[in-house]
Amino acid sequence: MIFVTIGTQEPFDRLIKAMDEIAESFPEVEIIAQIAKSNYHPSNIKTLDFMTPIEFNEHFSKAKLIVSHAGMGTIISALQQEKPIVVIPRLTKFKEHRNEHQLATAKKFDELNYIHVAYDITELKKIVLSTYYHNLKPLYKLGPYAADSLISSIGTYITSL
Amino acid sequence: MKVLAIASIGGHWVQLLRLKPAFKDSELVFMSTKQSFADTVKGFEFHCIPDSNRWNKFDLIKTFVSVYRKIKVIKPDVIITTGAAPGLMGVIIGRLMGCKTIWVDSIANVQKLSLSGRIAIRFANKIYTQWPDLASGKIIYNGKVIS
Repeated sequence: MIFVTIGTQEPFDRLIKAMDEIAESFPEVEIIAQIAKSNYHPSNIKTLDFMTPIEFNEHFSKAKLIVSHAGMGTIISALQQEKPIVVIPRLTKFKEHRNEHQLATAKKFDELNYIHVAYDITELKKIVLSTYYHNLKPLYKLGPYAADSLISSIGTYITSL
Repeated sequence: MKVLAIASIGGHWVQLLRLKPAFKDSELVFMSTKQSFADTVKGFEFHCIPDSNRWNKFDLIKTFVSVYRKIKVIKPDVIITTGAAPGLMGVIIGRLMGCKTIWVDSIANVQKLSLSGRIAIRFANKIYTQWPDLASGKIIYNGKVIS
């Protein structure tokens, strides 16, 4: 199963439409999408509105692949649970976000080689299908907590008070 | 030490939870923008506040009043947040009430500090960025929420 998530802020119709088209061409691929506030109504994929964190985690852990906007919550969760993830940044030119920070974040994590990044829909479809069918491994594995240096810096400050 | 940890749902919240070991010797209380997120911090006191962003002034006021009332009751020694708008309000209100305040700017801000972070500079006792090239003066880098 491919789990698609667009976060909680704004619609991301470009992504949902692309995933709907993939499902139409490849009916054997099961796709479930979390689509808060979507304007596009897909007909080939199962959709859910806002989920509780518990429901969200259930879908997340069952998925073979995560496809999402370039939101840090999803990226961190995927890396922590060792799920391959493909992200496509929300862009201002399509009115998907108010600023271009998702593009900057995606580029940075792409450079670090932590995640697969698609910069347009054609690339998205290509990467999603190849990742799905070739069982690609996640690119990077995260531990459960922040860097020791950050934790000890904050911890030391608090105990010094 | 009583620590109040604030974050909006989504990426901010995920990042906040990754800092948990820093509070192991403190009494920890959480605050976020959706009640269902209490399930992700079972065993801890959890407070829900209405969400808002800088695009809706009326919601901002509602959130501000709610954060203010809750902090007055919780009486934390330290307020820490990973953003966004409600966390900034926590830092401002906390500072005015005499709490020590910590702002950890989201890892999503790779080019410059978030707008909330830039405002927080004036109020927070400690400001962290997660990207070494954004550190300067009061803004410090000490690693990321991921490792």
